[in-house]
Amino acid sequence: MTSSEPPSPSVDWAALRNSQPRFSGMESGHGACQGCGQALATRLVLEAAGPDVIVANATGCLEIFTTPWPQSAWTVPWIHSLFENAAAVAAGIEVALRAQGRKTRVLAFAGDGGTFDIGFQALSGMLERNHDVLFVCFDNEAYMNTGIQRSGSTPHGAWTNTSPAGKVRQGKRHFKKDLLAIIAAHGIPYAATASVAYPSDLRTKVRRGLDIEGPSFLLVHSPCPLGWGHDSALTVAVDRLAVETGLFPVLEMERGHVVETMKIRNPRPVREYLELQIRFQHLLGDSPEAREEREHLQALADANIERYGLRAEAPGPRDSEGADTVRRGGSRWG
Amino acid sequence: MREALEGSQAIARAVALCRPQVVAAYPITPQTHIVEGLARLIADGLLAAELVSVESEFSAASVVLGAAAAGSRSYTASASQGILLMSEVLYNISGLRIPVVLTCANRAVSSPVSIWNDHQDSMAVRDSGWIQLYCADNQEAVDTTIQAFRISERTELPVMVCMDGFTLTHTLEPIDLPEAAQVDAFLPPFHFSRTLSSVAPLSQGTLVSPEFFTEMRYLQHRAFDAAEREILETDRDWGHLVGRECGGLLHVEGDREAPVGILAMGSVYGTLKDAHQAGLLGRHVRLLRLRSFRPFPAEAIRRACTGLADLLVLDRALSPGSGGIVAHEIRSALYGVPGAPRVANVVVGLGGRNVPDGIFREMLDSLEKNPPAFSFFDLDPRKLPDPGPDASAPSGSLFSPR
Amino acid sequence: MVEIRIHGRGGQGNVLAAYLLATAAFLEGKYSQAFPSFGAERRGAPIAAFVRIESTPILRRSQVTAPRYLILQDHGLLRIAETVTGLVREGAILVNSPDSADTIRSRLGEEGFSIDPSVRIASIPATRLAMELMGRPIPNAPLLSAFLSLTGILSADSLVQALSGRFSGDVLQKNLSLVKAGGSLVEAGLWKETVNA
Repeated sequence: MTSSEPPSPSVDWAALRNSQPRFSGMESGHGACQGCGQALATRLVLEAAGPDVIVANATGCLEIFTTPWPQSAWTVPWIHSLFENAAAVAAGIEVALRAQGRKTRVLAFAGDGGTFDIGFQALSGMLERNHDVLFVCFDNEAYMNTGIQRSGSTPHGAWTNTSPAGKVRQGKRHFKKDLLAIIAAHGIPYAATASVAYPSDLRTKVRRGLDIEGPSFLLVHSPCPLGWGHDSALTVAVDRLAVETGLFPVLEMERGHVVETMKIRNPRPVREYLELQIRFQHLLGDSPEAREEREHLQALADANIERYGLRAEAPGPRDSEGADTVRRGGSRWG
Repeated sequence: MREALEGSQAIARAVALCRPQVVAAYPITPQTHIVEGLARLIADGLLAAELVSVESEFSAASVVLGAAAAGSRSYTASASQGILLMSEVLYNISGLRIPVVLTCANRAVSSPVSIWNDHQDSMAVRDSGWIQLYCADNQEAVDTTIQAFRISERTELPVMVCMDGFTLTHTLEPIDLPEAAQVDAFLPPFHFSRTLSSVAPLSQGTLVSPEFFTEMRYLQHRAFDAAEREILETDRDWGHLVGRECGGLLHVEGDREAPVGILAMGSVYGTLKDAHQAGLLGRHVRLLRLRSFRPFPAEAIRRACTGLADLLVLDRALSPGSGGIVAHEIRSALYGVPGAPRVANVVVGLGGRNVPDGIFREMLDSLEKNPPAFSFFDLDPRKLPDPGPDASAPSGSLFSPR
Repeated sequence: MVEIRIHGRGGQGNVLAAYLLATAAFLEGKYSQAFPSFGAERRGAPIAAFVRIESTPILRRSQVTAPRYLILQDHGLLRIAETVTGLVREGAILVNSPDSADTIRSRLGEEGFSIDPSVRIASIPATRLAMELMGRPIPNAPLLSAFLSLTGILSADSLVQALSGRFSGDVLQKNLSLVKAGGSLVEAGLWKETVNA
């Protein structure tokens, strides 16, 4: 299919699309929970990356649910070493491939724990040394594999087992680490955020990250039904609200500067996002503390919208309502 | 060709002869000169390798893990705190059965902080699943380094070449570096059976349930049996090639029929052998040099101890609350053997304390006074806050100030 | 076996001096060994380096505690007891100092260090020479040259060869002129009889 030809009404594009064999780097049959955002995100990333890749995977749910020995869901070469060294293992693979003259692309996968926290040093070193690696962080905003403990990525006010809500505490006391700003400070060629609610945007960013020589970083917001306490059927809806409220800005950076953002056509109140998730239930009541925290989160979302200029002037094909319905396979994802 | 070389420079040259494609390291005293040497060889175009100057030892080990898994011969070096920071990755490399060579420039472990030599660092990771070979001198360190790549690649077990920090790494002495053609003939190009490749994708480092875990560990353990044979064969082959062997698993010399033996690891053995040759020991003594600590050659030790009434084991590391580490394993190897020698264990030369050639005779003399099973032989009680109990210890001469 | 201890301060090229001596010995077909005392490597801190020279392979790795020769790159170190500790009878001390050997001997006495009368002492103003000929206060080359001239244990040519293996160009030329100058300041063979004693 060439994009220069206008679609003919006599062709059922959706049917054609669905009949095409699609590369799958991670097969079905793995043990992820229903509605797992990370499993969905991983499949999308590998779809875009194609088969000629090597994946270095940090410890976490992804490693656990895809590789119960002697089974494996991976159809691409895949290695799991430890929690905190995915970036360094990927760097080692990359230099080896360079030394051998092999062109295979290298991906590093980690959760937010393995990226924001314990794996941060290795990530920073990999970026500083300019390894040609795409590092993908599947951000579900807590340590889910160990049973929902707070991480540096857990949003302010969210309940976890180590930031419980009680009589005197309203969930996590600290802010979500502004990792993207830290990544940006490394001045790497390409960094972006994406959401599982916008698959085609996500895939485009994976391809862009792989096309660029040098390190690239992709932060994929990936809901965890279990840890966030939302209906497994609502993974995409919840993540879409994360974007449409402004709580999770979707953008692209080159050499540390924002070059593209996904505009929000109709900004939604933060409360709509909170209401779908048990981790924020303690913030929905009428107590002064709950109200204050709610207002606080709304202010954070508003600040993101201002900071990145996320408000759409007019409807566009790449804004928060156009992005996932245009171009390919709308019916498949709609 | 013979050259006068600092130990570290000799190791850098030996590593270069093995043509690694990836070198990753983080600086720590006394390992630095090795990596600096490799960096110069690369800068001068004498070695075609990628040098990855990482942000921590943790990443140094992780980079060589990834690089070797992706099919490149890989090398790293560290010491002391660096080895401990790596320790999680060291276990992982071995469990993944990835061939890698690491030089440990042996150094004490903090606290108290000491940059000087003992064996605490490598002993701390003795259970990590790495082959550990201890070198008596720099020639042996060079030869062992080259052997290590072959042993590692044939057994799919990582090899730690342990050489005493400063005592060897910073000592200049004549070294016979083999010719490149000799090493090329000895060491075939790197091949790893499970190389990461998109042509034949494999999943490595998977989750293993209780159903299979024991079998995995058993296979790793069994690999060390094969490693014993490989270490011996590789040393023999190297001997045929260059006319020098490194002592296989355990080297026995001195007065082979003597009823008294001393066992040591690493460079202190040279001083011991010198004292023996100079007649400073005052008696016939069998000298045992343990080269391979992992695999632990229990059978070879039992054979080497035949006819011994007393065996003195020198430890240069400590398991606080227990004692010396090597001696425990020697005792374990000798357990239940009819006529096994008494094993006396002394810890000496911790944190770089000089081990003079006169000390061995004192140790041997102490054997005749029913010594404790374990003692700090070169302890100076005058430096203790309360020297009382130690100063009046029954084995007085053991604790004579030095 | 000839055992030599070199004392100096961090930055004066102590370890290099030891390496040069051992390399020169190696170049003459002897066995040799050189290593630092492994002090923390701070500029100006007192440090020592050790050299052993022998006609057969050297096995021992202990520090040199009973040296036959002491080479002192900084005469201020004469105030430290460790500097002269263990020097054997009929040993010898070569000091980088503008002072005469007699002055140095009496100063050692004033410090309370007992130096056996059989110990020989010599001195050359190596730092001054280095400043004049090289513009940097690195006294090791003239000291080593003077030491070899006094003892005759190795030829000056071997030292020149060892230096040529480490330096090139202007730095090498300056070091070579320092070797020449240092050697000419002492009486060749003055300590020769002690070599095999």
